[in-house]
Amino acid sequence: MSRPADTLKGGRTGPRPRTVPLPLLLPALLGLAFLLLPLIALLIRTPWSTLPDQLTSPGVWQALRLSLVCATAATALSLVIGVPLAWLLARTDFPGRGLVRALVTLPLVLPPVVGGVALLLAFGRNGVVGQWLDSWFGVTLPFTTTGVVIAETFVAMPFLVISVEGTLRAADPRYEEAATTLGASRFTAFRRVTLPLIAPGIAAGSVLAWARALGEFGATITFAGNFPDRTQTMPLAVYLALQNDPAAAIALSLVLLTVSIAVLAALRDRWMTAS
Amino acid sequence: MTRSARRTHNPLRAAGAGAALLLALTACSSSSDTSATSATESSAQSGSSASAASKVSGTVTVFAAASLKESFTKLGDQFEQQHPGTEVTFSFGGSDSLAASITGGAPADVFAAASPRTMKIVTDAGGTSGAPTTFVRNQLEIATLPGNPDKITSLKDLTKSGLKVVLCDESVPCGAAAKKALDASELKLTPVSYEQDVKSALTKVELQEADAAVVYKTDVRAAGDKVAGVDFPESADAINDYPIAVLKDAPNAEAAQAFIDLVKSADGQKVLTEAGFLNP
Repeated sequence: MSRPADTLKGGRTGPRPRTVPLPLLLPALLGLAFLLLPLIALLIRTPWSTLPDQLTSPGVWQALRLSLVCATAATALSLVIGVPLAWLLARTDFPGRGLVRALVTLPLVLPPVVGGVALLLAFGRNGVVGQWLDSWFGVTLPFTTTGVVIAETFVAMPFLVISVEGTLRAADPRYEEAATTLGASRFTAFRRVTLPLIAPGIAAGSVLAWARALGEFGATITFAGNFPDRTQTMPLAVYLALQNDPAAAIALSLVLLTVSIAVLAALRDRWMTAS
Repeated sequence: MTRSARRTHNPLRAAGAGAALLLALTACSSSSDTSATSATESSAQSGSSASAASKVSGTVTVFAAASLKESFTKLGDQFEQQHPGTEVTFSFGGSDSLAASITGGAPADVFAAASPRTMKIVTDAGGTSGAPTTFVRNQLEIATLPGNPDKITSLKDLTKSGLKVVLCDESVPCGAAAKKALDASELKLTPVSYEQDVKSALTKVELQEADAAVVYKTDVRAAGDKVAGVDFPESADAINDYPIAVLKDAPNAEAAQAFIDLVKSADGQKVLTEAGFLNP
């Protein structure tokens, strides 16, 4: 484990720091510039003089507040149903488990708009499950804040499941077994032994899921629509502001960028050691 | 660990990939350069447009508002038949995002926008050659569920409580037009969502998630029997003009003009009015 950390830290402890081959260095710097330049451009083109006005408009805070609330709710929902799912995938054996795991990760690669359409067909007013929700309980999910949370959970939960499953696989199952031989039920062993053991993995997965939920756009606008203070999250506000007020869109993007960087920076160490 | 080992093993591969990327980039830019020069050369050679009409060749790239999709696809086929050796490629989308692409340097020949405001974004940036002209107009209509189960007959009916209505966002042309119609009739309507474009507003009705949407007549017609259309008189106060123009940096300006001529011809107007557009 120490070797990759050394190389990551740069020249001092690595072997022969000066012999970085040029064919590697140039593409590497190009890659770095490619990833950072758009963010720098955003900072350069930010209308700093009008920024305070842009950011104090009530619409921005509505959207930001809604974004934070929904991303947090989506993360909580992911924890409640995602951690048990990860445990199932890591600790039990059943036919077709490989397939289930592949399906769980599907939202990671699925275009979010496709996810939104699929959610509409499942939970929409006329959807496979949604029509029963509508006729039995009078509950319709599209165009509601709950709909936003569901769309975000659909897209973000796989990050949590993958992270927790990986941690579970790395954790020694013999601690759990020892607990059960000492008389604990499997659930007690999970609660008292497994959970504390994999807490860093859960934290890392939660952060990833939260960050993904915060940036979620496609599934949200498709499934939950766009209405201020109810379903209009920051990414939606940015997209629509871009249509007629690019300066406002840049200002909103800056807020979202700041929040995202703050979260990733705060949990960088934990995230690195978990992977 | 395996990853870092693999990386150090194969420095040549990385270098090769980088070189290939650079080559591809230069190839791209040089090819667009040559096509641009050949376009200017050919337009310089041909002189009068009447004699050159039959000599039109190459690819015409048309950026057009999403609402023009059905009729422009038809007109593109007609154009290719009338001018053998040409190919029309389309990019359909929201007028605003298309305008942003064009001012951002997208290599397009023709821009057909759903509103003068979005065309103005391009003309203000000096992106068109010559003034844009209005080639069709579009009127709003209410789209409801098939058979109109909620018995919607007027714009006012949309304000009934319990009815789920979607509108386009004010920032896109169909939303601006809907707002104009609602303001003119002093109606206050709270939709369940402000959609980002006219097609997504209509989709919500097609999927029966919403009971009604205010969209263009042409979209209702294109949706066939998946929705029902309800005309409302206030739509006459909020008609959208569609401007079209040849772009200044058009790689194939000659063919671009020929395509616009077709759109404005009697044949072209027939295709467009069949789709529900109004003559300008």
